Amino acid sequence: MKPTHQDFLTGARDSIPILLGVVPFALICSVAAISVGLNPVEAVGMSFIVFAGASQLAVLQLIGEGAVWFVMLFTAWVINLRFIMYSASLAPYLQDEPLRRKIPFAYILSDQAFGVTMSKIATQVPANPAWYYYGVALAIWLTWIFSAIFGALLGNLIPASWGLEFAFPLSFMALMFAALRDRPTVIAALVGGTTAILTKGFPYNLGLIIAALLGIFAGVFADKGAKK
Amino acid sequence: MNGFPLWMLFIALALGTFALRYSFIYLFGKVEVPDWLRDALKFVPASVLAALVFPALVYSEGTLDISLNNIRLLAGIGGALVAWRTKNVMWTILVGMILFWVLQAF
Repeated sequence: MKPTHQDFLTGARDSIPILLGVVPFALICSVAAISVGLNPVEAVGMSFIVFAGASQLAVLQLIGEGAVWFVMLFTAWVINLRFIMYSASLAPYLQDEPLRRKIPFAYILSDQAFGVTMSKIATQVPANPAWYYYGVALAIWLTWIFSAIFGALLGNLIPASWGLEFAFPLSFMALMFAALRDRPTVIAALVGGTTAILTKGFPYNLGLIIAALLGIFAGVFADKGAKK
Repeated sequence: MNGFPLWMLFIALALGTFALRYSFIYLFGKVEVPDWLRDALKFVPASVLAALVFPALVYSEGTLDISLNNIRLLAGIGGALVAWRTKNVMWTILVGMILFWVLQAF
C-alpha cells in the first residue's frame, strides 16, 4: 500500500468517533426539510449539494417563515463564513496538491473534518497531511449523505402535528452554546439575539441580518476593550 | 417561497459556500487573512445563532410574549440548560421537544 493511502485510511479511521455526531445532525437536517414542506428528493438534494448543516437549518427555518430568497442566501453565507478560517488553516498542507483533488476536497470541507485533521496535526503531523485530511473528509461526507437519505425516509413518517418546527431554535441553541467561549462571545450573542427580537417585524426578515452584524460588531468591540 | 426555484437556491448556497471553503486554499501564498476579518469571524457563530434562537422563543403566534404562558419560552429555557451543559444538538432537541409537548398538554 502506498504511504499516501495509508494516511488516507488512518484519517478515515480517526474520524469514526466524530461520525456518531454526524449521523444525528444529518438526520435532523432531512427531517427538518420535510417538516417545512420539501419532498424527500429535495431534502437529500439539499444535504448533497450544500453540505453545511447549520446553514441548511437556518435556510429551512426561513423557508418555513416565508422569507425572501436573498435573506436566506445572506444568512446562510454569514453562518458559513467560518469556513474561511478552516480554509486558511488547511491551505499550507494542500498547497502542493493538484486541483483535481484540491477542489472536490475543498467542497466537502466540514467543521468535523477540520476539527479531526487539525487536532491530529497538533499532536503529530502525518507523513501526508493532505491525504489524512482526504480520508477524514470523505468518511464524514459519505456518512452525512447516507444519514441524510435515511432521515428523509424517516421525516416522511413524522406527522406535522408534532410541532417539529420548535426543533429549529433548539438545535441552534446547542450550536450557540458551543460557540460561547468567553465574555466577548457572550456579548456578541446577547446583542445579536436581543436585536433580532427588536427587529422581528422588519420586512423580508432583514432584522436577522442587522442583528447578526450588530452582534459581531459588539463582540469585536468587547474584545478590543478587554485587550486594552 | 416567492416563486424562487428551490434547486436554484441550493446551487447558489453551495457555490457561495464553496467559495468560502476554497478561499484560502486557493489564495495560499498570495494573500494572508486580514486581522480585522480574523477578529470579526470569531463572533459570527455566537451572533447569528443567537439571532435565530431568541425571537423563536419570545414570540408566540407572532406577538411578543415574555410570560409563563409562553410554552416555547419555558421549554426553551429547559433546552438552554441542556445545551449549556452538553453542547449536544440531539439531547437539546430531545429534552426541549419533550418539555414542549408536556407543557402543550396542560
